[in-house]
Amino acid sequence: MLVVVIPVILATLAFAWWYRASNDRATRASDKSYEGRIEFVVWSIPALTVILLGGVIWIGAHQLDPRAPIAGKNNPVRVEVVSLDWKWLFIYPDLGVAAVNQLVIPAATPIEFQLTSATVMNSFFVPQLGSQIYTMGGMVTHLNLLADAPGEYPGLSANFSGDGFSWMRFVVKSVPAGDFNAWLSQARGAGSGLDNAGYAELAKPSKDLPPKTYRSVEPKLFEHILERTMTDPGNAGMGGAQQGG
Amino acid sequence: MLGKLSWSAIPFNEPLPLLSGAAVGIVILAVLVIIAMKGWWPYLWREWLTSVDHKHIGVMYVLLGLVMLLRGFSDAIMMRTQQAVAVGDAQGYLPPSHYDQIFSAHGSIMIFFVAMPLVIGLMNFVVPLQLGVRDVAFPVLNSVSFWLTATGALLINVSLVIGNFARTGWMGYPPLSELAFSPDVGVDYYLWSLQISGIGTLLTGVNFVTTILKLRAPGMTYFRMPVFCWTALASNLLIVAAFPVLTATFLMLLLDRYLGMHFFTNDGGGNQMMYVNLFWAWGHPEVYILILPAFGVFSEVVATFSGKGLFSYRSMVWATLGICVLSFMVWLHHFFTMGAGADVNAFFGIMSSIIAVPTGVKVFNWLFTMFHGRIVFRTPMMFAVGFIITFVIGGLTGVLLAVPPADFVLHNSTFLVAHFHNVIIGGVVFGALAGINYWFPKAFGFTLDERLGHASFWCWLIGFYLAFMPLYMLGLMGMTRRLEHVPDPSWQPLLLVAEGGAIVILCGIACQIAQLYVSIRGRDQRRDLTGDPWNGRTLEWSTTSPPPAYNFAVLPKVETVDAFWHMKRMHQTTAKSGYEAIEMPRNSPAGFIIAFFAVIMGFSLIWQIWWLAILGFLAAAIVVLVAAWSTDREHEISAADVAQAERAR
Repeated sequence: MLVVVIPVILATLAFAWWYRASNDRATRASDKSYEGRIEFVVWSIPALTVILLGGVIWIGAHQLDPRAPIAGKNNPVRVEVVSLDWKWLFIYPDLGVAAVNQLVIPAATPIEFQLTSATVMNSFFVPQLGSQIYTMGGMVTHLNLLADAPGEYPGLSANFSGDGFSWMRFVVKSVPAGDFNAWLSQARGAGSGLDNAGYAELAKPSKDLPPKTYRSVEPKLFEHILERTMTDPGNAGMGGAQQGG
Repeated sequence: MLGKLSWSAIPFNEPLPLLSGAAVGIVILAVLVIIAMKGWWPYLWREWLTSVDHKHIGVMYVLLGLVMLLRGFSDAIMMRTQQAVAVGDAQGYLPPSHYDQIFSAHGSIMIFFVAMPLVIGLMNFVVPLQLGVRDVAFPVLNSVSFWLTATGALLINVSLVIGNFARTGWMGYPPLSELAFSPDVGVDYYLWSLQISGIGTLLTGVNFVTTILKLRAPGMTYFRMPVFCWTALASNLLIVAAFPVLTATFLMLLLDRYLGMHFFTNDGGGNQMMYVNLFWAWGHPEVYILILPAFGVFSEVVATFSGKGLFSYRSMVWATLGICVLSFMVWLHHFFTMGAGADVNAFFGIMSSIIAVPTGVKVFNWLFTMFHGRIVFRTPMMFAVGFIITFVIGGLTGVLLAVPPADFVLHNSTFLVAHFHNVIIGGVVFGALAGINYWFPKAFGFTLDERLGHASFWCWLIGFYLAFMPLYMLGLMGMTRRLEHVPDPSWQPLLLVAEGGAIVILCGIACQIAQLYVSIRGRDQRRDLTGDPWNGRTLEWSTTSPPPAYNFAVLPKVETVDAFWHMKRMHQTTAKSGYEAIEMPRNSPAGFIIAFFAVIMGFSLIWQIWWLAILGFLAAAIVVLVAAWSTDREHEISAADVAQAERAR
């Protein structure tokens, strides 16, 4: 693209400078307003660029489709993501634990996300790990990510969701497999479990919540949240939008 | 009795909107008092408020756009300032409830009440003159369109002091904009002001499509129309096709909010994705509704100031029509991240990049128009060159965003914000400012000051780059849009640069105000007596500046594209005799009165004062009926009067 754009910018500046009215050396052709060969080139350059780009788009859209599973040498870990006003809930359905505003994952392991929202639309996004995807009430979206190396990556919501939007941030901690198991047993051994009452409390609007883990999770909580979002009028927290004037 | 309205609607606890509202109120009151003291009311009523003359309506549209630019820009400065200071532990000076209103209002105002009025204003003033005719197809309807747009603008500003504006962003995505999450009147202000002005815009579309298809000077075939008229045709076809989609979408959201329906809610079988689809089915064509007329302005400006016909007129026309059609096939690129499959995303990605072909052709055509030309750098031409350079950068980042894998990491980031400001400021705003500088002498009979025009251009250009290049970088660093609080302190330096850029743009706006002031004060030395100050090519330059109410005493006969250029070369002069009586439309207060009742209706609907809303609607409807059935709508200027007026010039 730059191959086209930079010459165009330079040509614009050059033509504007050279053909200025005060330049006596410039040749003028006052009313020649059509030239077939130039015309051919003029349509060809963008057309060829776009044909090339079309291939890139087709291949890229398929290879980097967020739905497409990522191959890895380790077994994938499933994570269910729920956006709330204004925090993120991460449920590990196969491991029986959950966390708020913090996502611990084993490095070099494919992570399969299923996402929904118990409130308004958000977008789950960890810039350093790749694609984002919307979370929407009553619907499930899919995303596959993999962190190559251990590290801490900031995560956020990329779709405006109300007054606490700026604080809808979380940390992704990618850790070696051994550390992940250690974190798991630590999480299972501390704090409270996430039952229906605990979830109802969590779903109330709040912002800037410190990261927290739950030793256990109500079975099928994710499915229940989906169902509740679809059926409850004025579901979940009232957005807190009525505060202030 | 008064619905939801009570004293608590006035934000006494928030001094900022209240004070600015009061200041604006005082200014308006002062202006009204001065008008009354000078005895200008009859003139104002006769020549402007009730005028159905397309030239006066065009000027009023542009004025509305410029005034609203001040409002939208003050929102921009407040946002930039908040983001520059609310970093890390600092919370800034705006609470979220206020900040969220500001960016929602900024977007809504800049699109609907700045860009649209500027573009429609230029089309109003220029199209009939370029077509060589005396008015648009439906002059009274034209006045109604303007006043409905003004109604929307008024309502959106009322939200500053009575109640509050939406806190949903300018797209108003549900379910955030549903009653469950936005129970106050903010979203209702947003919806009703855009609904009412949207009807005005739709009527404009009908009016201009009819005008261009049915009213042209003798001999002006389609392929002799100036390129600006072609772009206006394409733009208005898009208005006619796209705005009903927006109206219907907003209507469904209103039904959700007012009658408890479930079109877009989480529960009850609603589907928020449908809103997003429908919104952008309007929203993407809207982008081209704005940019195509700007392309038209640049086509006129580049040709005129290069002293040369537009390079390859025909491919310019086909490119315009190509963009017009393609613009309806790309809307999904606004939400690749909603979870559609790879096939769908790839299709819309490719369609989006295909638009770059006709757009690229246009850029090359402007370039080859300059080639071998004799370029005179008046203010409009400065904007044109600034536009070409800036716009290709915006096009480049746009094509990048059309690549789905790239969009998955750039969507809703400040990279996106920078991209659309790049094309809207670099394209639409530069186009409007070039157009204003270009056609001002035609409208008022004197030229604008060149020195201040150039100064304003440089401020806009440099300010734009300072304000938005940092946002491109921040987007790549992972900064998302609409942040009331910035989490990463390392972003602050770039945000401060962006703030500086906004201040440079402010200087540009100040230069423009000074330019208007200086030029008006010195108008007697700046008179354009020829009617053709730029050595123009199209018919608007063949009549006097300002043109008489009937535009052309004798309708010009068109034999070629660039009709006036051809006439000048053939030493044809406008006819000095053989005048005939001219039928002109009479003034009509219908638009102004309808708008008056529409304000009452809109305000009552927002606050759910049902009896007043019904009264307002009925009164407006009666005015419509009376205006539609009145028969005495035209008056005749006799041949003798025309001859006398022409001799006086």
